[in-house]
Amino acid sequence: MSIENALKNPYTKWMEGKGPYASIVISSRVRLARNLVDYPFPHVQNRDAGKKVAFLVRDAVLDPRFRQQVGGVDFVFLNELSPLDRMVLVEKHLISPQHAAEEGPERGLALSDDEAVSIMVNEEDHLRIQVLFPALQLEEAWELASGVDDALESRLEYAFDERYGYLTCCPTNVGTGLRASVMVHLPAVAMTNQANRLFTALSKLGFVVRGLYGEGTEARGNLFQVSNQITLGPSEEEIIGNLASVCRQIIEQEEMAREKLRKDALTQLEDMVFRSYGILSNAYIISSEEAMVHLSNVRLGLDMGLLRNVNIRKLNELLVEIRPAFLQKLAGEEIDAFKRDFKRAEIIRSALA
Amino acid sequence: MMFCQECQKRPATVHVTRIVNNVKTELHLCQECAKHHEGLAFSFNFEPNFSIHKFLAGLLGGSPLEMAPLQSPGCPNCGLSLARFGEIGRFGCSRCYQAFGDGLEPLLRRLQGASRHAGKVPRRVGGKLGVRREIEKLREELQQAIRQEAYERAAELRDRIRSLEQGLE
Ligand SMILES: [Zn+2]
Ligand SMILES: [Zn+2]
Repeated sequence: MSIENALKNPYTKWMEGKGPYASIVISSRVRLARNLVDYPFPHVQNRDAGKKVAFLVRDAVLDPRFRQQVGGVDFVFLNELSPLDRMVLVEKHLISPQHAAEEGPERGLALSDDEAVSIMVNEEDHLRIQVLFPALQLEEAWELASGVDDALESRLEYAFDERYGYLTCCPTNVGTGLRASVMVHLPAVAMTNQANRLFTALSKLGFVVRGLYGEGTEARGNLFQVSNQITLGPSEEEIIGNLASVCRQIIEQEEMAREKLRKDALTQLEDMVFRSYGILSNAYIISSEEAMVHLSNVRLGLDMGLLRNVNIRKLNELLVEIRPAFLQKLAGEEIDAFKRDFKRAEIIRSALA
Repeated sequence: MMFCQECQKRPATVHVTRIVNNVKTELHLCQECAKHHEGLAFSFNFEPNFSIHKFLAGLLGGSPLEMAPLQSPGCPNCGLSLARFGEIGRFGCSRCYQAFGDGLEPLLRRLQGASRHAGKVPRRVGGKLGVRREIEKLREELQQAIRQEAYERAAELRDRIRSLEQGLE
């Protein structure tokens, strides 16, 4: 049920656009890597062992008591979905590209009815429990993920070691198996050329920042992901707390940069925002890259109160709706790049109308 | 102008910087190659697949000194050899951690900055872990009792340790 819905509807929980610092932090994610004891890890497992793991997890999440503890959950084997449908799940951030790419009856996905919890089965580890919340809600996401983890652990035997913690396929995940991350929109930091300095500082504190850069242009949509690097040593609460406090620093930097822009270059800023709004509400053909640049400007305009009649949730939905797989899902067929650029422009125009 | 490091044909317009433990890796690609690059186009919220294992394999296998503390014929459960682990940077199963022995500890410390888990413990293990920690504590007390020649107390402690150990089996 929920997976069918997830494929039809661009909206998913993290796009809500509400919550602490929603104007800068788009989403908060917590991911736990877990493995079943003695079964080979997915990259070396044979099909039978893989299927066994998948069935064990499926039985665990479809158990009525699990539903009582965690809420409604749907389970699907990925080979039951078309490649396009799998890409839609990737675009909604519910599964990883790696998970979508692998064929086979042993890859599974459990998804909660509100799409906040997704459990990837046989990705790099047997289990990847993921919770995605809107805005800055790392503690809340961790609590829910930990609850799901407990509910699974009462039914499955995890690989755990007193010294090394939860045992994972890659030594970079061992210990807590916890990767927490926030997706942040930092246009003003990027515009005022502070991004590199900020990111270097963050890396010294043990955080990884990722973003896509187009030379000469701005980063793709000025969206960055900040996550913890270390998983062994600190407790889960420390990891979450550190990331949350670092995130508040980043927010402060972005807010300061925005104020500086308002003070020093308001006219240029307004020009940029309204030009972008004009392009997005009038274009008939638009590439994904161009759309991302202008959507970032419109988002900034909205956050700074320069623009009013745009809905932040709608902007978040567009992040997914204008992606290739989702466009094709909406079109109901495979379409080439030109048709996608046309369809994309149409969707953006009607979203801003 | 910089050329795409993958095809060497088109100009590189997508630049990805990744910083892990102060080591910066840069990737310069053209739009075309970036599209086909695993995980890059949709990379929000997920770890990039492109370099971490190669990066790690480099770290593990790069210098013989790094691998020196690891002395192991391999994992009896999944058959992963030490050499192969150095190549792929991934374990084959959860038993590998034990199989590769104490040499793994400095390696993890290098990679993670620590080698001891201080976080959550599964409930199933939690009980046993608690008992084992209790036994450790009682053993220390036992040593002390013996040193102080408090033999009655020592006998008491020894019995408690025994019964706890039986409970674990
Ligand atoms: Zn290329
Ligand atoms: Zn093994």
